[in-house]
Amino acid sequence: MATAAEAPQKLTKKELSADHPTWCPGCGDFAVLASFFKVLEKLQIPHEQIVTIAGIGCSSRFPYFVNGHGVHFIHGRALPLATGVSLGRPDLHVFAFGGDGDGYSIGGNHLDHAARKNVNLTYVVMDNFVYGLTKKQTSPTSPQGFKSKTDPTGAIDRPINPMKKLVSNGATFVARSHATQVKHMMEMFERAILHPGFSVVEILSECVIFYPGAFDAGNPRKGGEFDVIDEKKWDNTPEDEARHDVTSDDDAFAIASLDFPGKFGVFYEVDHPTKNQLEQKWIDSSREKVKNAPAKDLLRERFAAMK
Amino acid sequence: MERDDQSPSDSTPPSDLQNAVIRFAGNSQDGIQTIGGFLAKLAGRSAREVMTYMTIPSTISGGPSIFQVHLGSGEVLSPGDEADFLVAFYQHSYDNHIGSLRDGGVCIYDTDNVEPVANERGLQHVGIPITSTTVEALGGSTRERGKNLFVLGLVTNLFKLDREKVVALIDRQFGRKGEDVIRNAMLAFDAGYGYSLGSDVLYQSWALRDGLSVDTDRMTTDGNTALMYGLIAGGVRYGSGYPITPWSSIMEGLRSELPKYGGLFVQAEDELGAVSMALGFAYAGHLSITGSSGPGLSLKMEALSYAVMAELPLIVVNVQRGGPSTGLPTSVEQSDLMQAIYGSHGDAPRIVLAPKNVEDCFYIAIEACQLARKYSCPVLILSDSALATRIEAFKEPDLDACLIEPTLDQEPRGEEFKPYPVDAPTRHAPPGTKMLGGKYPVVTGLEHDEWGHPSASPEMHAKMNAKRREKIKAVAADLPLPEVFGEESGDVLLVGWGSTWGPIREATKRAKDKGLSVSSIHIRHLNPLPNGFEEIFAKFKHVLVVEMNDEGLYGFGQLATLLRARYCDSKIQSICKTDGLNFRIREILEGITKHTS
Ligand SMILES: Cc1ncc(C[n+]2csc(CCOP(=O)(O)OP(=O)(O)O)c2C)c(N)n1
Ligand code: SF4
Ligand SMILES: [Mg+2]
Repeated sequence: MATAAEAPQKLTKKELSADHPTWCPGCGDFAVLASFFKVLEKLQIPHEQIVTIAGIGCSSRFPYFVNGHGVHFIHGRALPLATGVSLGRPDLHVFAFGGDGDGYSIGGNHLDHAARKNVNLTYVVMDNFVYGLTKKQTSPTSPQGFKSKTDPTGAIDRPINPMKKLVSNGATFVARSHATQVKHMMEMFERAILHPGFSVVEILSECVIFYPGAFDAGNPRKGGEFDVIDEKKWDNTPEDEARHDVTSDDDAFAIASLDFPGKFGVFYEVDHPTKNQLEQKWIDSSREKVKNAPAKDLLRERFAAMK
Repeated sequence: MERDDQSPSDSTPPSDLQNAVIRFAGNSQDGIQTIGGFLAKLAGRSAREVMTYMTIPSTISGGPSIFQVHLGSGEVLSPGDEADFLVAFYQHSYDNHIGSLRDGGVCIYDTDNVEPVANERGLQHVGIPITSTTVEALGGSTRERGKNLFVLGLVTNLFKLDREKVVALIDRQFGRKGEDVIRNAMLAFDAGYGYSLGSDVLYQSWALRDGLSVDTDRMTTDGNTALMYGLIAGGVRYGSGYPITPWSSIMEGLRSELPKYGGLFVQAEDELGAVSMALGFAYAGHLSITGSSGPGLSLKMEALSYAVMAELPLIVVNVQRGGPSTGLPTSVEQSDLMQAIYGSHGDAPRIVLAPKNVEDCFYIAIEACQLARKYSCPVLILSDSALATRIEAFKEPDLDACLIEPTLDQEPRGEEFKPYPVDAPTRHAPPGTKMLGGKYPVVTGLEHDEWGHPSASPEMHAKMNAKRREKIKAVAADLPLPEVFGEESGDVLLVGWGSTWGPIREATKRAKDKGLSVSSIHIRHLNPLPNGFEEIFAKFKHVLVVEMNDEGLYGFGQLATLLRARYCDSKIQSICKTDGLNFRIREILEGITKHTS
């Protein structure tokens, strides 16, 4: 943390911007980056504590465009790497970014486990329903019938439902937004960042080259409807009955089952101890048990037992 | 069973034994590992040398299993080709292992379970109702438990081992489990200790001489344990892994131990996750470790290539087992050398080390930690399933001399900071580090310029490839050339790596005793190799590389192939085998004969 004496400089988009993004003009990911900057400006996290981590994909280029400590890792494995950073360094703010292929296909197993472990980090998926970087193959979220280079007559397999996947795997904060809705994205990001534990924001982010128009149904400017979740206010009014309970698995699944484009907002948000807290508790009690002995004493003791 | 004054097959009443190879054959649930463990620890405490060898069935519910202990008052270099004594608990133990007894060896068998066959090869048979005597000693109610302690008592008496020391060990092992447990253990032990064989000759002839070792502070442990504590002593505090035999005991150990040191080891969802998480710890500024056995290493290869490109320090342990594929999970093999050096895509040079014995597992781990930090690159340690479980006694490490306290480097970096300088070592700025110039680094797996920006420039790729290559070559300049064991020149030079150190050394001695001109060297640093082997090789007519892997398509094992590629010397030949067992001294001697005649 910056000390008061240092009179920390205000962190603005100027300091946070790095290389100009190499995304195609019109790519939805630009707006995701812009919203991320805005939230960081608002939250004023110390610059050196911001860490962005990604795998491989167009969306996974994200860390190059953020001027912050970052890792551009390998395809599908951003989350376990981010888990190591989060568990190894509780002082940091860890962000992982990626696409639908990176997160739900090759990295699907890691996502399940990062969620169940409730690792303290924020994960943003830029879902474009297609493999962008490798130029239009079917992705795990491509709808049936989508014509890609690997499904020339239309996608055969059923797509996964990321929101159901996330809720059932135990992610403790699950939200959904749309890259054309900057204010909404910012709100989701802020809540995700402030949530202790594994928070995920799935963003419908259009690939204008390989799947143009995919998300028009959720974009009012293109004649669609951006239908925001009405969360319970817990105000004991009759209207509240019908509102969405973010702590209920059933409510989350019900919303996740709606036809495309479905609803946007926080599907699920519950409090559970994080893996970081639970492991720290174990570390603390282990240290206490050995009376905070230095490594040399601990090793000597083990050696004595081997005699 | 060696005696100073006479040949082993001499049957006149002898003086004390100098060495004894004792094989216990039973089922894994009989706790024969416990007997072996006690004897090994006792050896450590009696200044004797010891080496053990065990097999565990790969089925969970148990099954046939052996534990072989080689005790000696002089240097013990192998678990022993042939046993001097066999303790057979069951008929199948007897049937399968009587062949492992040397001519004139002694078979102690349980008369309740074993029907011995007619005496041949001068074997001595000693029948003892092990099961019924144990049951009787324990009051008749204990479903065949305690046989191992009965046998331990028997052996303590037979070899005139120090009863007090054995009892102290039993006390330490069982003391915490409650009075009943320790009382039963002692009842069984004493029943064995007091069992009268009715032949005094046997008793006197098998007294095992005390050791000659001068080290007083000796400890006894297996290779995986030594490796684990070496990692901790080297400053590793974080890591991640996924279970697989025979690597698991290292990860289980680290999972329980590291929190005591303020660190953490995480069980990941798979090996891809494990190596990635370990790289996350490394990126975060901690020295970290991942490990596995062959199948898991295969899964880690993409991320290892990343670690080379991104220049992140990482310790990677491979406790090798028989391959390919699931292979022979509990057998020993050294067939992952090429994978360790070349296993990833792209030109991905990294450091590969292999410990030569249990003690060396400790020191090589520390060396790996130093190298990973200094060169900011992955360092692979190739152990194997023999070293993993083998127990040896060795001098307690001097922690004042070798302990490394980990530090987290958060020194702010100035404007001039480059994460990937072309002609200087990479020193990453871990997250949390203030960047005074205002530019923050991205650690990357794309080819990059000095600032970490992706770059597809042909010159840059050539320069960076050279950087990654040259830094590994620079390691070689600091490496000592291994010492030649035996004469500096002669007919045959045996070359080994990894766990074959003991058998090769013993084979060298035996060959010399037979009047042959044989020396040996052992290579601990496999990539890069130390410089200067050509001068050593030049002094021998034959350079025979002894390794537990296949001779391959062209007739050479993996290290032999590398040495031939490097030195273009046709006198480099192979002695290879892949039967999943340690090298017997005899096999090495036969290999020498084959190549020299
Ligand atoms: C191990 C591995 N397999 C395959 C690839 C090739 N690859 C790179 S990105 C990608 C898919 C990216 O799709 P997505 O994650 O949806 O990202 P997008 O480009 O759509 O943002 C693939 C298959 C790779 N880099 N590494
Ligand atoms: S290919 Fe698609 S996803 Fe990739 S940058 Fe272009 S528009 Fe964006
Ligand atoms: Mg995509």
